[in-house]
Amino acid sequence: MMLAQELPRLLYGKPGTPLTFGQYQSTFATSYKAASLLDELEASGLTGRGGAAFPTARKARLLREQRSHNKVVVVNAMEGEPVSYKDSTLLSTNPHLVLDGAAILASIIGAKDVIVCVSRDNPNAVGNVQRALDERARAGARGPQFKLETAPWRYVAGEESALVHWLNDNESLPQYRPQRPSILKIRHHAVLLDNVETCANVALIGRFGAAWFRTLGTKVSPGSVLVTVTGAVERPKVLEVVPSMTLRTILNFADADPDPQALLLGGYGGSWLDAAHLDTPYDNESLAQWGATVGAGIIVVLGRDGCGVVETQRVVKWMANESARQCGPCAFGLPALSDDLAKVGEGSPNSAQALQQLEHRCGVIDGRGACRHPDGVVRFVRSALRVFAGDFQSHARGAPCGASHSGKYFVAVPRLEKERELVWE
Amino acid sequence: MGVRRRTGVFYLRVNPILCDGFGHCHELAPELVTMDEWGYPIIKREPTPLSDLAALESARYAVRGCPRQALRIERVSEN
Repeated sequence: MMLAQELPRLLYGKPGTPLTFGQYQSTFATSYKAASLLDELEASGLTGRGGAAFPTARKARLLREQRSHNKVVVVNAMEGEPVSYKDSTLLSTNPHLVLDGAAILASIIGAKDVIVCVSRDNPNAVGNVQRALDERARAGARGPQFKLETAPWRYVAGEESALVHWLNDNESLPQYRPQRPSILKIRHHAVLLDNVETCANVALIGRFGAAWFRTLGTKVSPGSVLVTVTGAVERPKVLEVVPSMTLRTILNFADADPDPQALLLGGYGGSWLDAAHLDTPYDNESLAQWGATVGAGIIVVLGRDGCGVVETQRVVKWMANESARQCGPCAFGLPALSDDLAKVGEGSPNSAQALQQLEHRCGVIDGRGACRHPDGVVRFVRSALRVFAGDFQSHARGAPCGASHSGKYFVAVPRLEKERELVWE
Repeated sequence: MGVRRRTGVFYLRVNPILCDGFGHCHELAPELVTMDEWGYPIIKREPTPLSDLAALESARYAVRGCPRQALRIERVSEN
């Protein structure tokens, strides 16, 4: 039986050895009977953990009000961010918590099917989910019909409309949604799509109640969040933290460089944060004053011997390659941003002009794609221009910093192998 | 031929996936659409009043003239 107010909630157990269904049921024994699960979810104030932090209860209520013969719950474990490991860590610790949360969401909206989407490039996570589903079937657990789908890994393939598009037509391309909030559909069935971590939190709320859930965290962002810390750390780590903790505490837990230059928060569509703000609590309301968000729960630590301009350029180059090339502003704009950054970074004679052009192009691209991919890149570049303003100026003057030639990088970027030949399934 | 509403506003919206940058909308509705350096439309984000009949007319021309049928007019009535 789990103790209340203890920190490892989601990561209860040992990463790498998933709890079996029997162990799971004895560990997370239900201690609370909610009158209405949806009201309980609303009272808990849980927000989505996939990056956008949309209130989960509002989304569930919207789907519940839909008239549809059959509804589907989709669990998103695609983990598109290349430096994020939180979803696969959760699946390798407590896969049944995720499946249980999906079953609760299905009962709230009246869905008969649950589809768990895992990237096929992550065989461990696929195996863990498959084993958990088999255990559930063998134990004869009641609830919705579960299905495992393995989508190809791409940055934008984890975006909700791209994932639903893949489930429909085997094309992981984002779709255009003129109205928001929009209801995504698989054939004619309305879809509720939630991140793995959100589902696990839903399961905890269903089992222990909203009051228990709110014992940790702040009023606006209750509960605990998973965060991946990489960069200038001994080795990448997934931690479960409380949003009221400061960034400095989290870095201490992760054995990170205690005196970094800057932090990258929220992933590659996130933003840089100057190291002067390390005493900010790790929640969206406190980070908003510095223009940052928790996002997908990623902290990349940039050490003092790194160059922010070069790191930004590498990430933007990779993100430009990951564009689905459906919308003109994204397909042409992101490579242009990457080229501008490269010109600024190498400190060539026309760097100053490239810097001006970069600022102008950010304004042109913003908000003109079908999905939020270009907006994320623009936000990332703008935050870099803000945080590394001095570095950008000295690069543009033709005096790049010493760190930019050291060849030492903190932000891991997957290798661009077949840069020109993208295969979209 | 319905009743012409004169209150409220409209937005010209583009589906960026369908849009291939033909540029006809810029020719047909220059007051609403400018172009970026790659030839894709940058559409005015502020609402235009429906009472601005000339702008509404050119927005209609742009919608009908789009070879990819990527444009549409979104009317928002006040109240």
